Amino acid sequence: MSLPMGRAMREVFGETVAELADHDPRIVMLDGDLGSSTKADIFEHAHRDRFLQMGIAEQNMIGVAAGLATMGLMPFISTFVSFAVVRPLDQVRVLIAQTGLNVKLTAGYAGLFTGMAGKTHHIVDDISIMRAMPGMVTVSPADDVETAQVIRWAATYDGPVYVRIVRDATQRLFDDDYAFRFGQAVEVRGGGDLTLIGTGAQTPRLVDAAELLAADGIDAAVLHLPTLKPLDVAAIVAAAERTGRLVSVEEHTVIGGLGGAVAEVLAEHRPTPLRRIGLQDTYTVSAPNDVLLDLYGLSAARVADQVRAMQWPAS
Amino acid sequence: MTTTRGVGSAESAAIAQLSEMARRIRVEVIRTVNHAQVGHIGGPLSAADILAALYFRVLRIRPNESDWPDRDRFILSKGHSSLVQYAAMALRGYFPVDELRTFDALGSRLQGHPDMRLLPGIDMSTGSLGMGLSAGLGMALGARFAQRDVRAFVLLGDGECQEGQVWEAAFVAARYGLDNLIAIVDHNKLQQYGWPGNTSEIRLPPEEPGELVAKWGAFGWRVLETDGHDMPAVVASLEGAAERTGRPTVVVAHTVKGRGVSFMEGDYRWHSKPIKPEEFAAAMSELGEAEA
Repeated sequence: MSLPMGRAMREVFGETVAELADHDPRIVMLDGDLGSSTKADIFEHAHRDRFLQMGIAEQNMIGVAAGLATMGLMPFISTFVSFAVVRPLDQVRVLIAQTGLNVKLTAGYAGLFTGMAGKTHHIVDDISIMRAMPGMVTVSPADDVETAQVIRWAATYDGPVYVRIVRDATQRLFDDDYAFRFGQAVEVRGGGDLTLIGTGAQTPRLVDAAELLAADGIDAAVLHLPTLKPLDVAAIVAAAERTGRLVSVEEHTVIGGLGGAVAEVLAEHRPTPLRRIGLQDTYTVSAPNDVLLDLYGLSAARVADQVRAMQWPAS
Repeated sequence: MTTTRGVGSAESAAIAQLSEMARRIRVEVIRTVNHAQVGHIGGPLSAADILAALYFRVLRIRPNESDWPDRDRFILSKGHSSLVQYAAMALRGYFPVDELRTFDALGSRLQGHPDMRLLPGIDMSTGSLGMGLSAGLGMALGARFAQRDVRAFVLLGDGECQEGQVWEAAFVAARYGLDNLIAIVDHNKLQQYGWPGNTSEIRLPPEEPGELVAKWGAFGWRVLETDGHDMPAVVASLEGAAERTGRPTVVVAHTVKGRGVSFMEGDYRWHSKPIKPEEFAAAMSELGEAEA
């Protein structure tokens, strides 16, 4: 019933960048002293001469990547989301987003799975921040299969890309024949009563939630948005037209993130009832992954509970 | 002996030409601020001799081929002094001197702070302080990867050295032994507003005397000090800084904010402000320009 587990995105990240570098001499990896956590160490083992340890100095690391990019190299930056987005935010803005340089911000430990590191390492608003930043592309793959494809795609894109990579193994959503398309949403399950909209590792949990709802006679579609910017406006509008009710679910604050983005689209293009599940303007605590998902209403069972309880205007 | 004297006189002529370029840079900075009635003055004037030495002597550049891969890179990390770079670039032939009058106007390539996406010849966009040295580090490292004989020169302000990122970069550059990375600190002893002294009129300098030299040295850099307005010394220190020693080098250039216009020198209030007509006339006169 439940989707199977896949491999950890972080391992696929390290392997995929290393494979790309076999054939692309432009690729270098910058590590902020977390290579053994982010699995940038896989790259180091394959390409020792192109692994650049930048130490615990993330503002500098962003600037070094910008300088390298001007010399024709393609830097992949690897650290935790906290230290890739929030700590060096002005460096990302001025040196990467405003310059449009070909730097890949491939940040690990996205969302709540941080080895129980707690609120300093749970960045709950990175989607809001990065999608608001002009010139920045934001991608949040659902599983290991999509992560590999997103990394490969990012290497073909000339410009800054922010990719959210999850630490621990998560459920596998896609088959090997899946093809990620930049800027396009994917309907991973059809349904007529409402549409659950997810991004990142939350989407597989929505497929499970839809199964639970189906047992109660609620026919839920699931729409996956791997690309948060640019947003697939047409797919969101089409889902609104088809089902008339939308529920966004994210391992992230509901303010300005996936739910905020969907609300913007609906308000302008097709006003439609929307409910937003996610972190409700709160910081988080240290706990095992499954405990966190239940606590913040993100596990399949808790999502299904919330959807069942929702009151909708008469259509 | 004759030969030596010949070389010496050729060199002194070259130095005189560089000093003249520094004077013209100062003139263009003042003219531009007067025209736009906006822009920084004190910092551009303190850096004018350094920029003249770089653009007309030290940097290996091709103004008509601004993306030449083997060019030296120059980053104005103290990006608010953009006018000194624009003036130097215009005089060096990157764009017409008249274009300086578009500074800060709508549609101009000459933004308030240097923008690499708009103006060919700008190697890195700057403006938010503390960031340039990191980018220069990346360029120096990139040159090493590409096995190109490229040096990266980065000009910082002394106030800017209060930014933590400068020291992150200083640490990492020393760690990589990047001897094709050269930092220059325009040590003009003033920042925009500064630290209060005994009265509110007295503003204390960004650092204690000797503090910058000690700090860069402690971070593993080779440190050269120079009078930033003595052209032979400026040239000698910049050329000496580019020698390959296995370590990055910093030139701490002792300068005077507002240098070249007596009533601007050493006065923090000339960091950035419009010029009145009588002030413009007096400044031009002091800089040896007949116009008013």
